[in-house]
Amino acid sequence: MKTFDYVRPASVREAVAAASEPGAAYLAAGTNLLDLMKGGVTHPSRLVDVSHLPNLDRIEDLADGSVRIGALLRNADLAHDRTFAQRFPAVAEALLSGASAQLRNAATVGGNLLQRTRCAYFYDVASACNKRAPGSGCDARGGDNRLHAVLGWSENCIATHPSDFCVPLVALDAVVEVEGRAGRREIVLEQFHRLPGDTPELENMLERGEMIVAVRLPPPAARFAAHSRYLKIRERTSYAFAVVSAVAALRVERDEIVEARLALGGVALKPWRAREAESILIGARWNTSLFHRAAEAALAAAKPSGDNGFKIELARRIVVRALTLATAGTPERIPALPASPFASVSGDTIHA
Amino acid sequence: MRVSMSLTVNGVKRTIELDDPRVTLLDLLRERLHLTGTKKACDRGQCGACTIIVDERRINSCLALAISHDGAEILTIEGVAQDGRLHPMQEAFIAHDGLQCGFCTPGQIMSAIGLIQEGQAGDDPERVREGMSGNLCRCGAYQGITEAVLEAQNLVDAVNRRKVA
Repeated sequence: MKTFDYVRPASVREAVAAASEPGAAYLAAGTNLLDLMKGGVTHPSRLVDVSHLPNLDRIEDLADGSVRIGALLRNADLAHDRTFAQRFPAVAEALLSGASAQLRNAATVGGNLLQRTRCAYFYDVASACNKRAPGSGCDARGGDNRLHAVLGWSENCIATHPSDFCVPLVALDAVVEVEGRAGRREIVLEQFHRLPGDTPELENMLERGEMIVAVRLPPPAARFAAHSRYLKIRERTSYAFAVVSAVAALRVERDEIVEARLALGGVALKPWRAREAESILIGARWNTSLFHRAAEAALAAAKPSGDNGFKIELARRIVVRALTLATAGTPERIPALPASPFASVSGDTIHA
Repeated sequence: MRVSMSLTVNGVKRTIELDDPRVTLLDLLRERLHLTGTKKACDRGQCGACTIIVDERRINSCLALAISHDGAEILTIEGVAQDGRLHPMQEAFIAHDGLQCGFCTPGQIMSAIGLIQEGQAGDDPERVREGMSGNLCRCGAYQGITEAVLEAQNLVDAVNRRKVA
């Protein structure tokens, strides 16, 4: 690992100033950053340790009914906050389906949003990667790419975004609060991560020195508590990234869906909101054929980027399953294997 | 760069003169404090062999910079036995053959102690397995590990019941 200057600012303002220097990177828990630095994938010359900044690890109820989650709150603390998990069960389930207990105990909310792709060619410094070394090419094209993107990819990059947490957040219209040299601003999470296009090295909308201070869920996000599920296909039972995942959050009255949110994970370089599918669901009577039509719409633009055509059909099926289970109702307690499509759900569902 | 920092390790306050910001908690424990019970295997957060408890939370010490943890309270495998008596989790691992070669065992035990403190798994074997999935065992002692954690959990529950009664 290349050595670096270590800076510990006392305020967000100091942090932004320190991180605005070329070569600087923010350090929170470091669960992804240190891994990347050990592999020589990134080599910041300065680490700005924000993990001790005060008041950024809270869950706050705002006057307008929004919920603000501080950027330094640990993933486990958010998932296990009873009130939060009851209001946003798919967010809690997604968090608990990601990484391991040790990593969730350390990793922060802001860090989860900013984690890098797990594309093996990005990690392997001997491989060509336009994201790591712009213009060098993409060894994932024509390489081992069965887990790569099927939506929104370009010839320059076929990587996926690995976050589970971001998938329900994008479905629930989460907003990212950031602070930079020019002050505070907000970015809708759906627009926060960039698709690769011709510039896969640009991953999100943050300007140099800008820091995530909070993620906010607007008031309507709490309407879906009774019918929300996150489902995730993995190559082993636990502690693995998604092959494909989907969140379905519904508002159901009798046999009609009155409001619907749907998003996919593991399919693109950003959490993928499926708005066409949502519009098919809204106002319709729920049944299996409706869910299949929604799944077709969600994947209508999908195309394989390599040996991964199977992911398209797999994603359709996980969408149908997520919609079916969300309609049946949110389980009273998150299943023993969170987000597993193979888990049996015992006990009652929430009736709200 | 020289930074003076302090840690409380297994109840003992230690002052450390850190000459390199790259040192992880894992390397600090093993190479500077000579507490080699905590194991280094993948060094990338994938295997759990380096699990320790920092400020009452189990974490991967390989992915934690020491310099960022000035003032922290750390519990390692060397600190769990009290007055020459093994920790109940250690006893349970022995009783249930929760190990073969033993290399992953310190991480397994620290993770299991953290799991019980978190109070999320209870006596459900599926939740125990899920809660322990961050600790790999190449010998495949998983069945014994799960049984050991469940027995230790029962012991804790029994003690708590006695306290209430």
